[in-house]
Amino acid sequence: MKLLNHTISYLAAILFVVITGWAALLYYNLLDEIYDSLDDGLGNYKMLIIQRLEQDSTLLDRQGFGEHNYAIKPIKAPLALAQKDVYADTLMFMENEQELEPVRMLRTTFRVADDFYELRVINTMIETDDLIADLLYSILWLYLGLLASILVLNNILLKNTWRPFYRLVEQLKNFRLERQEPITYEKTAVVEFKALNQAVARLIKNSTDAYLSQKQFIENAAHELQTPLAISLNKLELLVEENNLTGEQLRLLSGAINNLERMARLNKSLLLLSKIENKQFSDEEKVNINALTKQLTEDFEEQLTYKELQITLQEEGQCEVRMNPGLANILLTNLIKNALIHNRQGGFVNITITPDQLLVANSGSNKTLHQEQMFLRFKHESANRNSTGLGLPIVKAIADLYDFKVRYSFEEQHHFTVVFNPASTEK
Amino acid sequence: MKILVIEDEPDMLDNMVRSLEEEKYVVEVATTFETASEKIHLYQYDCILLDIGLPDGNGLTILEELKVLDATQGVIIVSARNAVDDRVAGLNLGADDYLPKPFHMAELHARVKSVLRRRKFAGNQHIELGNLKINPEERNVFIDDELITLNRKEYDILLYFISNKNRLVSKTALGEHVWGDQVDEADSFDFIYSQIKNLRKKLKEHGSQLEIQAIYGIGYKLVQA
Repeated sequence: MKLLNHTISYLAAILFVVITGWAALLYYNLLDEIYDSLDDGLGNYKMLIIQRLEQDSTLLDRQGFGEHNYAIKPIKAPLALAQKDVYADTLMFMENEQELEPVRMLRTTFRVADDFYELRVINTMIETDDLIADLLYSILWLYLGLLASILVLNNILLKNTWRPFYRLVEQLKNFRLERQEPITYEKTAVVEFKALNQAVARLIKNSTDAYLSQKQFIENAAHELQTPLAISLNKLELLVEENNLTGEQLRLLSGAINNLERMARLNKSLLLLSKIENKQFSDEEKVNINALTKQLTEDFEEQLTYKELQITLQEEGQCEVRMNPGLANILLTNLIKNALIHNRQGGFVNITITPDQLLVANSGSNKTLHQEQMFLRFKHESANRNSTGLGLPIVKAIADLYDFKVRYSFEEQHHFTVVFNPASTEK
Repeated sequence: MKILVIEDEPDMLDNMVRSLEEEKYVVEVATTFETASEKIHLYQYDCILLDIGLPDGNGLTILEELKVLDATQGVIIVSARNAVDDRVAGLNLGADDYLPKPFHMAELHARVKSVLRRRKFAGNQHIELGNLKINPEERNVFIDDELITLNRKEYDILLYFISNKNRLVSKTALGEHVWGDQVDEADSFDFIYSQIKNLRKKLKEHGSQLEIQAIYGIGYKLVQA
C-alpha cells in the first residue's frame, strides 16, 4: 500500500469515529435544546390557560382537545395533590397527515374553588426519526466530502511534496554499482528529505569508492603480475632446455611450469574481466552469431573428436547482434568450451540458434548445478582444479555489458541460454 | 641475423637474450628509451623486440622513429598491457606482431622466425630441414619433393615445431599457439596428443628424418635424426 493511501486509510477510520461521536453529541444536544424550549413554551401556555379559566369557568366543561391544544378533566383531590407537572412524549392522530405523530405533552393539575382538574397541554414536536435521518445524511456527506478533499489534497499537495522521495526510490531501484550512473537529487525544502538525500549520496559515494578501488586493485594486481609471471615462466623454460636434467627434475619443473601457466591464465582472465567491466571494448559491429558459431565449432573439431562428442547446430533463424566482435568470439568460445569441458566421453553438444537467442545444451553430470552460483567468480562446480572458474563469469560480464540475458537450467541436460534481445522477447 | 631487444626489466631481458643467443642470433640490448633510440639510428637490425612500457618514454615513439628511418627490420611489440588500443596503434605504426606477456619462449621464437622470414626474404624462402621442405607462402609441405597433405592444424603444429627445432615445446605453448584462446584449461590439452600422433604417422610414412619426441609431463621436442 502506498504511503499516501496508508495515511488516508488511517485518517478515514479516525474521521469516522470522530464524526460519528460528534454527530451523536450534536443530536442529543440539539434534542435537549428543542425539548427545553418546547417545555418552556408548554409551561407558559399552561399559565395562560389557567388565567383564562379563572375568568371563564364555562371552559372547564369542555371535553377533549377538539380544535384546541389543551384538554381539561376533573380529578379527585388526593390524586391531584399527589401529581406533579409531567412533561412526556406521546402520539396523537394528526388530521393533515392521517397518522400518529409525536407530540410533547404537559400534564398538570390545578384548582378552581374546591374542585381539582387535570390539564393536558400539547405542542407538536419535531419528528426525531426525520431529524436523525437528516443528520445522518448530512454527516455522511460531510464525511465523504472530507475524505474526498483529503484525497485531492494528498494527490496534489502531498504527491508534490513526496516527489523527491519517489524519484529517489525509483533511481535506487535501478541503481547498479558497476554502471556508475549518477543519481540526481531533486531540490526539496523538507528537512527529512534533505537528510535522506544526503545519506543516500554519502552511501553511494562510499560504495562506489570501495567498488572502484577494489576494481582498480584487481586490475593493477593482475597487471603487475604479468611481468614477474613472464620472467619466472621463461626462466623455468630455459632451465628445462638444459639437457642434463633427470626425469625427476623434469617432473618437478613441469609441475612448477603448469602452475605458473595456470596463474598466467587466471591473471589473463581477470584482466579480461576488468576490461569488460571498464567498457574497454568500444568497437561495435554487426556480428552474425550463426556464422561465428559455425566457425568456432570447426575450430573445436579436434577436441570434439578427442572426447567423441556429437555436436549439432540447429539454426532456426539468422541471429545478428551489434557488439564488439572480439567479445562475441570470447562469449561463444567460453560457452562452447564450457559445454565441452564439463561433458562426458561420448556425450553431445546441441546448439540452437534463433533470431534472438543462442541455446547450448550438453550432456554431463546428471545433477542440476547451482543456478545462482553458476556465474560467480571462482565457483568451481567440478573437481577440475585446472579450470580457472572464470569462463562463465566472463560470459556473464559480456552479457551484462550489452544487456543480454544468460540463463542456466537443467532439463535432463545442461542448458545455457543467451537472450540477445531480452526486451523484445519478454513482450 | 641481428636482433635488438628493447626491454627495461633486467630478468626479462636476460631470459630473452639467452634464449635468442642459443639460436645463434647476434643480440644487442637497450634498456632505456634513450639507448634504444640511439641504437636504431646507428645500426641496422633484422628484427627488433620492443617493450612499449619503457620507463623514460613510450615504445610507440620508437616505432614512429623507425618509420621515419625507413628501415627494413621487423618489429615485434612485447607488452604486459595487452590492450587492444596498443595493439592496434602498434600495428598501424608498422609493427609486425604483438606479443603479450607472459609468453612462452617457443612462442617468441616462432614469432621472430616468422617475422624474419617475411621481412628478410619477403616470404619466399623455403624452409628446409633434412629431406623436408616447407613453402610457407603456399602452406605446402614436401618430403623428398613429394607433397604431403596435412590439415590446417597439423601444418601449424609442424611449423611451430620447426621454428623451435631442438627446443622443448610445452603442450600449453603449442595449444595456445595453434588453438588460441579455446584451450586454457590444462586437462583439455590431452587432445593435442592425438594430433601429434597423426602428424608423426604422416612424417614417418613419407620417410621424414624428423622425429617428434615426447618429454614426459611437459611437452615435445622436434629433433632431426
